[in-house]
Amino acid sequence: MDVILNQMDEFAPVAGPVAGLVMKNEPVVIKRRVARQLGHLEALESEAIHIMREVAAECANPALLFSGGKDSIVLLRLAEKAFRPGRFPFPLMHVDTGHNFPEVIEFRDRRVKQLGERLIVASMEDSIKQGRVVLRSENQSRNPFQSVTLLDAIAEHGFDACIGGARRDEEKARAKERIFSFRDEFGQWDPKNQRPELWDLYNARVHPGENIRVFPISNWTELDVWEYISREGLEVPHIYFAHRRDVIRRGSGLLPISHLVQPKEGEKVENLMVRFRTVGDMSCTCPVESAAVGIGEIIAETAVTRITERGATRMDDQTSEASMELRKREGYF
Amino acid sequence: MSAIENISFDHSELLRFITAGSVDDGKSTLIGRLLHDSKSIFEDQLSAITHTSRKRGMEAVDLSLLTDGLQAEREQGITIDVAYRYFATPKRKFIIADTPGHEQYTRNMVTGASTANLAIILIDARKGVLTQSRRHAYLASLVGIPHLVVAVNKMDLVNYSQDVFERICQEFHRFVAGLNLKNIAYIPMSALNGDMVVERGNNLGWYEGMTLMDLLEKVPVDHDINLEDFRFPVQLVCRPQTEEWHDFRGYMGRIESGSINVGDEVQVLPSALTSRIKEIVTYEGNVEGAVAPQSVTLTIEDHLDISRGDMLVKISQLPQVTKEFDAMLCWLSEQSLDPRRKYLIKHSTRLVKAVISRIEYRLDINTLKHEAADILKMNDIARVSLKVHQPLVWDAYQRNHATGSFIVIDEVTNNTVAAGMICPSKGQG
Repeated sequence: MDVILNQMDEFAPVAGPVAGLVMKNEPVVIKRRVARQLGHLEALESEAIHIMREVAAECANPALLFSGGKDSIVLLRLAEKAFRPGRFPFPLMHVDTGHNFPEVIEFRDRRVKQLGERLIVASMEDSIKQGRVVLRSENQSRNPFQSVTLLDAIAEHGFDACIGGARRDEEKARAKERIFSFRDEFGQWDPKNQRPELWDLYNARVHPGENIRVFPISNWTELDVWEYISREGLEVPHIYFAHRRDVIRRGSGLLPISHLVQPKEGEKVENLMVRFRTVGDMSCTCPVESAAVGIGEIIAETAVTRITERGATRMDDQTSEASMELRKREGYF
Repeated sequence: MSAIENISFDHSELLRFITAGSVDDGKSTLIGRLLHDSKSIFEDQLSAITHTSRKRGMEAVDLSLLTDGLQAEREQGITIDVAYRYFATPKRKFIIADTPGHEQYTRNMVTGASTANLAIILIDARKGVLTQSRRHAYLASLVGIPHLVVAVNKMDLVNYSQDVFERICQEFHRFVAGLNLKNIAYIPMSALNGDMVVERGNNLGWYEGMTLMDLLEKVPVDHDINLEDFRFPVQLVCRPQTEEWHDFRGYMGRIESGSINVGDEVQVLPSALTSRIKEIVTYEGNVEGAVAPQSVTLTIEDHLDISRGDMLVKISQLPQVTKEFDAMLCWLSEQSLDPRRKYLIKHSTRLVKAVISRIEYRLDINTLKHEAADILKMNDIARVSLKVHQPLVWDAYQRNHATGSFIVIDEVTNNTVAAGMICPSKGQG
């Protein structure tokens, strides 16, 4: 055994390739010494690759949800590692609220083009035009209604599985969700009636109309995601890095000024150095004050932050103690 | 964790553990204490539970609220089986599978334990070793958790007495003598006051061993995977059929145990055809060798018919290939086992039809006595004989968790109804 492991030391795969590295026909052997025990990122990565391949093998018609946010950016790299030199065995799908940051949409389209994979955009504007979604006002947060558009798209395309970038450390409803999470024909999650999930033996079986949401990075934390982005040299939309932006203070958070958010009477517009920890609906995604202009600084800030990701950045999760749970029960991912 | 230069988590290891015990044993308080004293609780979480503690008329912050449940649980007074929690220190990243301790304990603990490196069994120092402690120890041994910590909690309520602690240790030690448990550590503590959890505290000066956090950071996990027997269940066959990759035929999967090098002779099971490893392909490029639990793509020298569900192994380390075997089965579903029915079994990457041909015995989990049984109900544990329609490639669970475990799926409801651990074949020891 020792002999083999000694050889391993010489020829183990190296972590941290260049972004967008394409595999060539000629074998590239990269030498670097690694310990016998995989580091936690390698272990999490291998687990996620295994999960994605199980989806590809066991589901007839899966899709991968790609928003242009950091978690789904990680999913795309994991899919490359899982399926190259083949093509992805599923299309990418984005539920577009119409309230996304333009930088993120631009990034989304560029990344999809780089990969040469297919993107389906399920548009909430269409749901609104069709009368499937009715809003009180044009500027209200559209996050709660994403489920309608998502479920319509799942039905339209007949997807039996959707791979998403949700993590269990985000929120306590997520902490109790399976990696392969069963949804009934109405897209509902029933927390009391989940399938037991043992070892790495996932049960992806569904009847027609039902589907499975699969979360390959369930066991990753916000810090793991940033370390992985750094290790892999992945590009992320630049609003994740500190930049100057006009914001107002509302409730406990900052809100970015845009065509959707204008100062109310008595609110003062400030120009601050901020970055986003999540990217979502522009009307309810709050940036945090930060001077972190590079990945290393973001990792350092994330490692010592005292506020959870959603606590700091999502107004819609602060409305009630159970808001994520309620949304998930209605079909949210 | 305050100084930025101390926070290189990059090559830290991963340790997964489970806590076994009921609410009365102070399990939630212990988890809360671990998170709090390792500075893993966020301010917004702390302010939320401080608020709730006050609302409920408590003076101090109730750390157990951190693991409090969902609205569905609060409304109905139930607890959902497993919640996962995460924290990290500069040495390791930890995943806690937090399972509630009530009547469905067997099902929940087996589920949480299936991926754990370590189990913490909580014992209330006032009550000593109870029936449920025995049950927890048995389940830990059944699921083959490599490391066990007996946390004798609430030492503050027995005046931090060394005698009480030692009596409990001896009693527990006697009980587990017959079980398959190798590495057991005993730690006296008060989760409420924080003694011996992360900090040593001032009350247990007579105890010279490690604190719980010390132990969690130092317990060796690199031998928890079987590093001897190469097992590679094929998940997918990759045939890009593009110009550039015209003749490429790669077998995608995860090395479940052991290691592999280019040039190694391998056998494909169940067909028993042999070939040699030509390439080990990864996204970063080809490598000369790979080790469990890496996910890789393998190519071989010969054109063989290989598909999902087949397993690549080394000739010198052959597993069993049979249609009949015995297993310990833990029934998880509210719908009882019906021995007349066919079920589906998912084992590694293979899905087969199966019948449970015989229930050899059901185990009384409190006395560990064997009893006769015709059916199995939720939380029952039994030794059964199974027949499957196509041969499975397996090792005994105690030798290899990845190739010795399976789940049972009800074909009609698609629910996962049981978890199985394959026993060594008779005469194999």
